Amino acid sequence: MRVPLSWLREYVDLPSEVGGREVATRLISAGLEVELVERLGADLTGPLVVGRVLAIEELTEFKKPIRYCQVDVGQANGTGQPQNIICGATNFAVGDKVVVVLPGAVLPGGFKISARKTYGHTSEGMICSARELGVGEDHDGIMVLPPEHEVGTDAITLLELLDEVLDIAVTTDRGYCLSMRGVARETATAFGLPLRDPALLDVPAAGGPGHPVRIEDEAACDRFVARVVTGVRPDARSPIWMRRRLQKSGMRPVSLAVDITNYVMLELGQPLHAYDAARLNGTIVVRRAAAGERLTTLDGVERKLHPEDLVIADDRGPVGLAGVMGGANTEIADVPQEPRSPLAPEVGTTAVVIEAAHFDAVTVARASRRHRLSSEASRRFERGVDPAAAGAAAQRAVDLLVLLAGGTAGEGVTDVGTPAPPATVEMRADHPDRVAGVTYGREVVVRRLQEVGCAVDGSDILDVTAPSWRPDLTEPNDLAEEVLRLEGYASLPSTLPRPPAGRGLTEGQRLRRRVGRALAGAGYVETLNYPFVGEKALDALGLPADDPRRRAVRLANPLSEEEPWLRTTLLPGLLETARRNHGRGSGDLALFESGLVFRPTGLEPAATRPPVTRRPTDEEAAALRAAVPPQPRHVAVVLSGAREAAGWWGGERPAGWADAVEAARVVAREARVELIVERDQHEPWHPGRCAALRVRLDGERRLVGHAGELHPRVVKALGLPERSCAMELDLDVLAEAAGGPVAGPDISTFPVATQDVALVVDNAVPAAEVEGALRAGAGELLESVRLFDVFTGEQLGAGRKSLAYALRFRAPDRTLTAEEATAAREAAVATAVSRTGATLRGA
Amino acid sequence: MSAPNKSYDPVEVEALKPEAIDGARDAAFAAFEAAADLEALREAKIAHTGDRSPLALANREIGALPPQAKAAAGKRVGQARGAVNKALAARQSVLEAERDERVLVEEAVDVTLPYDRAPAGARHPLTTLSERIEDIFVAMGYEVAEGPEVETEWFNFDALNLDPDHPARSTHDTFFVADERGGPDSGLVLRTHTSPVQIRSLLDREPPVYVICPGRTYRSDELDATHTPVFGQVELLAVDEGLTMADLKGTLDHMVRSLFGPEMRTRLRPNYFPFTEPSAEMDMVCFRCHGESVGDPDRPCRTCGSEGWIELGGCGVVNPRVLVACGIDPERYSGFAFGFGIERMLMFRHGVADMRDIIEGDVRFTRPFGSEI
Repeated sequence: MRVPLSWLREYVDLPSEVGGREVATRLISAGLEVELVERLGADLTGPLVVGRVLAIEELTEFKKPIRYCQVDVGQANGTGQPQNIICGATNFAVGDKVVVVLPGAVLPGGFKISARKTYGHTSEGMICSARELGVGEDHDGIMVLPPEHEVGTDAITLLELLDEVLDIAVTTDRGYCLSMRGVARETATAFGLPLRDPALLDVPAAGGPGHPVRIEDEAACDRFVARVVTGVRPDARSPIWMRRRLQKSGMRPVSLAVDITNYVMLELGQPLHAYDAARLNGTIVVRRAAAGERLTTLDGVERKLHPEDLVIADDRGPVGLAGVMGGANTEIADVPQEPRSPLAPEVGTTAVVIEAAHFDAVTVARASRRHRLSSEASRRFERGVDPAAAGAAAQRAVDLLVLLAGGTAGEGVTDVGTPAPPATVEMRADHPDRVAGVTYGREVVVRRLQEVGCAVDGSDILDVTAPSWRPDLTEPNDLAEEVLRLEGYASLPSTLPRPPAGRGLTEGQRLRRRVGRALAGAGYVETLNYPFVGEKALDALGLPADDPRRRAVRLANPLSEEEPWLRTTLLPGLLETARRNHGRGSGDLALFESGLVFRPTGLEPAATRPPVTRRPTDEEAAALRAAVPPQPRHVAVVLSGAREAAGWWGGERPAGWADAVEAARVVAREARVELIVERDQHEPWHPGRCAALRVRLDGERRLVGHAGELHPRVVKALGLPERSCAMELDLDVLAEAAGGPVAGPDISTFPVATQDVALVVDNAVPAAEVEGALRAGAGELLESVRLFDVFTGEQLGAGRKSLAYALRFRAPDRTLTAEEATAAREAAVATAVSRTGATLRGA
Repeated sequence: MSAPNKSYDPVEVEALKPEAIDGARDAAFAAFEAAADLEALREAKIAHTGDRSPLALANREIGALPPQAKAAAGKRVGQARGAVNKALAARQSVLEAERDERVLVEEAVDVTLPYDRAPAGARHPLTTLSERIEDIFVAMGYEVAEGPEVETEWFNFDALNLDPDHPARSTHDTFFVADERGGPDSGLVLRTHTSPVQIRSLLDREPPVYVICPGRTYRSDELDATHTPVFGQVELLAVDEGLTMADLKGTLDHMVRSLFGPEMRTRLRPNYFPFTEPSAEMDMVCFRCHGESVGDPDRPCRTCGSEGWIELGGCGVVNPRVLVACGIDPERYSGFAFGFGIERMLMFRHGVADMRDIIEGDVRFTRPFGSEI
């Protein structure tokens, strides 16, 4: 809502020294979001006056038509002599009233005016166009004023060029502030000044021979006022003051009848519609649309109506989409003013029917959404219009048509429907105190509510009846807010509640932080990627058609049609970020992400909508929770380039599959979970360099993820550095498998006995199996096993490898003898031999 | 060696003459002193304390003396050998110290060599900023509550007093999960705020409830310098007996002081949100200029645009309708809530000019933030 300060002063006697900024400050603290105070004409300096064209000499020697004019500006130039002015426009005639800018003036944009020689004459100023004055963009030609304005009149005042406009973003609960009347009320309260309510008009009682109206759907339309004005001059134009107010409010002047309906809407907040009475056929009916009905709205769009659309209809069908937009078929026809074409219709509208109705907010909102048609009217109805103001608004429009278009008000007043009376809310007088934490006292509460327009009764318990323009005041907290905001949020004290003793973070939350820190400590940089993916990204990963990661949540309105899915794996986003970093010159990368993935099962029940007037039952709550797809938290890493850079210490160490597996171990260690690493083949990993990651959970081995080097095809498809590696695992499962508190180990202080063994096995035998066998066979004396070398060579035979382990033995209560240690080692080797087919190297 | 000889006079034995012993001792002293390094000293040691050294030989002669002469000769030789050993040890220790000194000098390195062998990692500043905020409230007794990002419309809108026809609902620029025909009527959305977690918390817990709800949220804006369709939010909810708007104000004050310093304060401006009543927009005083840039064109403040205040987010007293939808008696309990976006908080707290830097995951942006913020 744009509010010209000059207009606002009509309803509130603001002291002249109070400017737009101060009004804005007060309104902001009262809860209106004033986004901007626009200063109009701030860069304009006169003299700027009304002139009458006395003579025009057409100069023909130039490429374009040039006029040398004599213009009477009265005494404004100090001499009383006509001004000689060169003008390049031709849309005015001798005798026309125009706006003349005299030498010494400055026009918007720093355009200084002085007498200067041009086209062979001295031009003493300029005849102005609307654009040059900053009052419109419509006409390139000269602005021709109505003839009634006196020569020499200050045009800055006449055209109200100096003003301030408050731009207010009206929140959805304050529909009444989409009017001068509402903003004036807030201003009056904020400054403690009386309000001249423009809706306080003498309105004749309903009755007499008015235009017949029938409401068929009282729930959707509870009041319809219709007034008739006849004898309207179709060529009557909107006066300057009205045009200027409309312009400053952000509306375009159209024609007098339409301008009047817009003007009254801005003034009182009541959307009006003007019908050409000659084009209406019979009774106006408010009803739902019938199947198959169509309506061409004023914006020229033909609309197929929906059976739930509320329409205004006459005998021939719909003439308007109620509360949204009128129909073209009953549009007011004016005699066009410009250009003055001989082909323009001679006859315009002479009889007008004014509609001032009150429509249900939800009905209008739905129709507006359905037809993707938001109008000044629908915005107001959706937010609530004062049903009591309909009569006054219609009267105001009638008065203006009579005054400005020479019309005659019809005798009859049609006023049908019964709007529901405003709600009465019962509220404890100290309720606002209890909401605020401040003691206002009953007197303040009652006074503030009365300022809002409420009728207040009662002592300890107040019966508060909201004014007709405040449909949002339905509960005690709504009333409390009115008291709080008018008393000022600035006066609220600052106190702290005392929550019960808390339990801190959950184990899962602690784990997530530990994992983040551990990965950062291991050199990984965290990224947070968008979860939007497309088919292309999944194809690039080489996922088979039946891969469960292709069963994804799809968005109805994605940002990009290329990426309509939600991620089922963190890899696409992470790999894309790796590629971006690579492209920006950071090739040695270790990135990680921790975030939710979306894994619909396809079995989720449809989302329900239980009522909100009570707590959902346990079944309803369970159904709601079940309706959302599983969204496990994953953690993933990607590596490329060097894990350790080359330098004076030696060469670089490229990142490899082992780093990716180690990243998984870093994560698992934080969860105190033993990670079982096994060979696997799984997209998008290299089939020979892919590890499945498992944990023990409830006695079972559960797959939690994969790690390894990425498939060369994937690396190529994504434009990543060769041999890039990745790991992804399900942090939720890991958290579930997380070990409890660590039992403090008993530390033996007796000496260690170290024994090395080298076992030769088939290449296909995983080292993890050999180590497992050694552990199993070594018995209780074993303290640790460490693989310190892997060797392949001709002497072992093709397809064989030697694994060298250091075994450390120790007893809790004695120094081991060499025989004991050897026996333990031999037992370990025996198990490895029997389980893995190993042979002792050198044996 | 001579055979024992009872009539033997030690003075007669050349080697045991006092002058000879003193001479051998002094020769040893001189040799030790002359040894320039440990190797030379080792040789001097052999020469003067070894089996064939004069004093060792003299010592051997003692056995041949008559008993009455042994004691005096033994004493003389013993004292000389003691003095020699002591001198040797002293010299040894001096030379060892010199050697150690020299080795340390030789082992010196250029400690200014860089060692950027394995580059440091870092956590994302949005994660660590969120944790920092969480910790402020956890210290006060709040719990951190979380929920799904794909959420039902009931949790995201309906229970928060945003029914389908509510005009405010359209301002949420919602991503809808496609239904079977690809339309928006699945009843599922990407949550537009973390408020649904508040609802879940109220259904899960008995009041009093004090929770902080951090998480990712979604609105269908295009990414630009100040907008992102995916953003982090932190919301807070307190439901208890007797909570007031003043408690909300105090809680906000506490938060901004914890994050920006003890001189910070907040300002509330009336606003409208369906889920709170009364509602407010919350601002904090600019932590950089403290409002001093207002009206001072010579000292413009880029952080607050010389407004003096920074807009944080929305807040208010929990609308009793929300409590009713969660089965909580609004006559007995009241609550307050607030929420704000942490990208913006990160931008002004750390002087980040472009939202895209936070989003795009460039390691050059993230690394300097380290592990904590």
